[in-house]
Amino acid sequence: MSKKIQSDLIPNEMNQTEAAPEETSLQAIAAEEMLQKNSGKSPYTVKKSMGMGTIRVIAYLVLTALSVLCLIWFYLLFINATRSHSQITTGVSFVPGDQLLNNLKKLQNSTLDFFRGTLNSAIIAFSSAILNVYFSMMTAYAIHAYRFKGRKAVHVFILAIMMIPTQVTSLGFYRLVVDTLKMKDSFIPLIVPSIAAPVTYFYIVQYMKSNLPMSLIEAARIDGCFEVSILNRIVLPLMKPALAVQLIFAFVASWNNYYMPAMILSSSKKRTLPILIYTLRAATEKDKDLGFQYVAMALSVLPVIVVYIFFAKNIVGGVSVGGVKE
Amino acid sequence: MKKAAKVLSLVLVLAMIVCCFAACGKDDKAEQGKVLNIYCWNEEFKQRLEELYPGYTKDSSDSNKGKIGDTTVVWNITPNEGMAYQNALDEALKNQKDAKADDKVDLFLIEADYALKYVEPSVSMNLADLGINVSKDLANQYKYTQDIVTDSKGNLKGASWQGCPAGLIYRTDIAERVLGSSDVATVQEAVKDWASFEATAAKMKEAGYAMVAGFDDSYRVFSNNVTSAWVDKDKNVIVDQRIWDWVDQTKKFTDNGYNLKDSLWGQGPWKDGFFLDGTTFCYFGPAWFIDFCMNCTEPNSVGEAGKWHITVGPEGFFWGGTWVCAATGTDNSELVKDIILKMTADTDTLVKLAQKFSDFVNDKPAMEKLAADTTIGNAYLGGQNLYGVLAEGANKISIKYASAYDQGCNENFQSCMKEYFLGNATFEEALEAFKVKIKAAYPDVNVDTIKR
Amino acid sequence: MNETVKKHSKLGKDKWGYIFLIPFFVVFLVFSFYPLIQTIYFSFFDHYFSQTDFDYVNKFVGLKNYKALFSAGTARLFFNTMILWVMGFIPQILFSLLLASWFANNRLRIRAAGFFKAVIYLPNLIMAIAFGMMFFTMFSRGGPVHQIFESFGMSKDYDLFFHIAPTRSLIAFINFIMWFGNTTILLMAGIMGINESLFEAAEVDGASQFQVFRKITLPILKPILVYVLITSLIGGIQMYDVPEVVTKGSGMPMNKDIFSTNVPAAETVIMRLAQYISKSKNYGSAGALSVMLLFITGILSFVVYKFMAKDED
Repeated sequence: MSKKIQSDLIPNEMNQTEAAPEETSLQAIAAEEMLQKNSGKSPYTVKKSMGMGTIRVIAYLVLTALSVLCLIWFYLLFINATRSHSQITTGVSFVPGDQLLNNLKKLQNSTLDFFRGTLNSAIIAFSSAILNVYFSMMTAYAIHAYRFKGRKAVHVFILAIMMIPTQVTSLGFYRLVVDTLKMKDSFIPLIVPSIAAPVTYFYIVQYMKSNLPMSLIEAARIDGCFEVSILNRIVLPLMKPALAVQLIFAFVASWNNYYMPAMILSSSKKRTLPILIYTLRAATEKDKDLGFQYVAMALSVLPVIVVYIFFAKNIVGGVSVGGVKE
Repeated sequence: MKKAAKVLSLVLVLAMIVCCFAACGKDDKAEQGKVLNIYCWNEEFKQRLEELYPGYTKDSSDSNKGKIGDTTVVWNITPNEGMAYQNALDEALKNQKDAKADDKVDLFLIEADYALKYVEPSVSMNLADLGINVSKDLANQYKYTQDIVTDSKGNLKGASWQGCPAGLIYRTDIAERVLGSSDVATVQEAVKDWASFEATAAKMKEAGYAMVAGFDDSYRVFSNNVTSAWVDKDKNVIVDQRIWDWVDQTKKFTDNGYNLKDSLWGQGPWKDGFFLDGTTFCYFGPAWFIDFCMNCTEPNSVGEAGKWHITVGPEGFFWGGTWVCAATGTDNSELVKDIILKMTADTDTLVKLAQKFSDFVNDKPAMEKLAADTTIGNAYLGGQNLYGVLAEGANKISIKYASAYDQGCNENFQSCMKEYFLGNATFEEALEAFKVKIKAAYPDVNVDTIKR
Repeated sequence: MNETVKKHSKLGKDKWGYIFLIPFFVVFLVFSFYPLIQTIYFSFFDHYFSQTDFDYVNKFVGLKNYKALFSAGTARLFFNTMILWVMGFIPQILFSLLLASWFANNRLRIRAAGFFKAVIYLPNLIMAIAFGMMFFTMFSRGGPVHQIFESFGMSKDYDLFFHIAPTRSLIAFINFIMWFGNTTILLMAGIMGINESLFEAAEVDGASQFQVFRKITLPILKPILVYVLITSLIGGIQMYDVPEVVTKGSGMPMNKDIFSTNVPAAETVIMRLAQYISKSKNYGSAGALSVMLLFITGILSFVVYKFMAKDED
């Protein structure tokens, strides 16, 4: 669909990931150089350093401000999750309270079963992420490794359907699930459709272009491997970096999804976290306890933040290529 | 050949005898199913049944199951948000005919706001067809609780264990300061009809108080006393004069500063009024509203200080309540009948319910006994016995006009008119928006008939 | 490798290409294609759950649902959605361009760039429903942000969500926070593709930072900017979670600007679609609205495609 951009992006993405492990040491060097420059040793930079220096100060100020703007909400969220309802209503605080356990207890006793919701979300997100990534790899491999008739057309077709919003088909999907398949309140219609994931396909097929030489596959064939085992034993391990990033994206997308699950799942035992969070908004009476609400929200964003802390570099690297995601 | 015929006839005769014995082994009633499916949206009825229905045993491994004798009770709980419960129930009832015996809906619970949607069509059973003698067995129930679940042919199709009559809950300290006295008789005189209510609101304003906090506090009082249904037989939407009265009154209250421009359940002035430094004189609500929604256990709340009192107010009305209906096609009619009788009409059970869950139960004599008991007092109401006021209110409620479309009409009308009161829209614009919303929710109604 | 052996193996193996495509296409046909056809089919029917008959009405009505959409203020829904999107997109693209040019500028040497990038990208991964709920709780009366505003003189009783501008601004702000990091990273990749010598030459010629940005960076970034614009627009049309949770599904407060029909100021197209499908079971109207949506995203996607194709020549 946008080949120009891909060809622009791929090399950069490669640069990024390759440079990544050394980033800290590079940063140190950069810092040292900067110090030298600021001390005015190079005649060339002296002329320009005023302008650059001001811009640099502005840049840091703006970056810091934006970072605060991104993080402050989570800080307030986690702080308030440790405070009781009456503490929260009396005023803002930037230091944690001592009511975390109490709030968690309320969460446990609530009729809104957040722990069950977490489990439901995890089951759906994990299974759909696995299916999404594995079958996208299979589809990408079909296009990458074989020269069959209509190959190009299939590729273009998959790229074309990438742009159709899921909501457009949601009416038919809902009726199919509820009336034809009788699968209302089941996880299956939320998991199985992720087998057809054009966005993941797009990313993986690009990755294969630069990381999966045909000669390797030919060699495996000569060794007498079957096509399926070539896919599983040779291609899969080679694709690991790309698959891992896509696995995270697919997991997060499913974990955060509200639109379809809210239509399909209804019973209190089956609801996922986003549905439960939404019920907090609709809550009017007894469960309007803010300590409880904050701890519930904290619980639903925490897993993603934790995953992100560990994989931030890979994820940010993956964005530039897979950036077509919605 | 002959021999074969002989053997065959012998087999047939034997089979007939076996069948006969099998049939005689059972009593003459229809065969009863093994699974009782109950559809509801929260744990309320479940807790009550678990606690008080004789022979009910919980399933320790699955909280959504239980047993009554040999019958397994299955709780199908779908929370109410975004119409999810009604959607689930609609699906189940629509598929009732083709469902396997163990999957058939036996009992389902409904609320007043949408009761007619399930009462009018044949999806709910006439209680008389279950073998319940309505005029005898259910004689102690409040009339209004039966009106809500009576179809247009006069058949009663559900029953409730509770009544939710409501009243006007006012602050005694403000009443003393502004009206000179806080006793129920004085305050009731000041709010006995809407004209007096308005005059009192003006006095409150002068003294620096607000009569009510939100736009929609009084909505239910008006909408319970309408003289026509939201949608008539020809599917025309009609806004009743009483609803217009609410619009006029609320507009006046808003312009004159008699309210605090908030909405029901608002986290601002509406909620602040529950505390001693709030300025709201009164709220409209039933017993559960006082117990669970007025923050009475919190420090500095009016309830903690015991400074609320309750009186009947301008008109009788109710708020809340849950009705139990038998689903047509149930394979457990015996058990269903017994549950309905035990839980909604058995005085002993209902008295226990009142004690255990502090429900205002659906039993006139029992509640009148409580009302007369001078030893009972609600601490939040400064020791006032609220049953007297509520029982009086319950007798004043009469629900004559309802339609299957009430829920959507009531909700959308309030939310659209709120925009008019806030000044975000003119009256005509708000009404136009209401029409759009109703048309989106109910494609089959005609909204062009809505006129002021 | 022997030529004939290779050819032989290829011919035999290539059928595996088809086999490996089966899962994708079976799932696509069942869960996307068939539903799409059904959706289009329903759009020509009066198809809804009747409250009084307790069953579905199903009657062919031709284009009636499409005509009815216009009286239902659908144009206003698209307008609302676009307003909310534009309000978020303008700061999003401006900040992203600024940040991307800083990150990619070798002379500037931003320290801890990796950290900053990670931080600004984080909100994009957070559950939109939770994000919206979080903002609602914090900005509503009694919430921490409201309390901070109070110390700057806002009335304790002022409810931001009763008013049009604050409600829309907040939704746009949430979208901005969630997406500017993503856009920054996309643009940065584009800028880093620009030949470094171009910048150096410009600098030697004494061009100011702004001139470099305007004359070199922007023109080269044009394709990726258009791409970001259109994909963000397509994403914007699908806006649902945030306004849904912030306004509790109502889209209120109400507003009327250039259209005569009065609908809530924050009600988006997908909010209405969700209401048609799962709340009011008005499948005919839902079908017509879906087809309209398909049509619009189709045109937008085609624009992207055309633009990229032209650019490639």
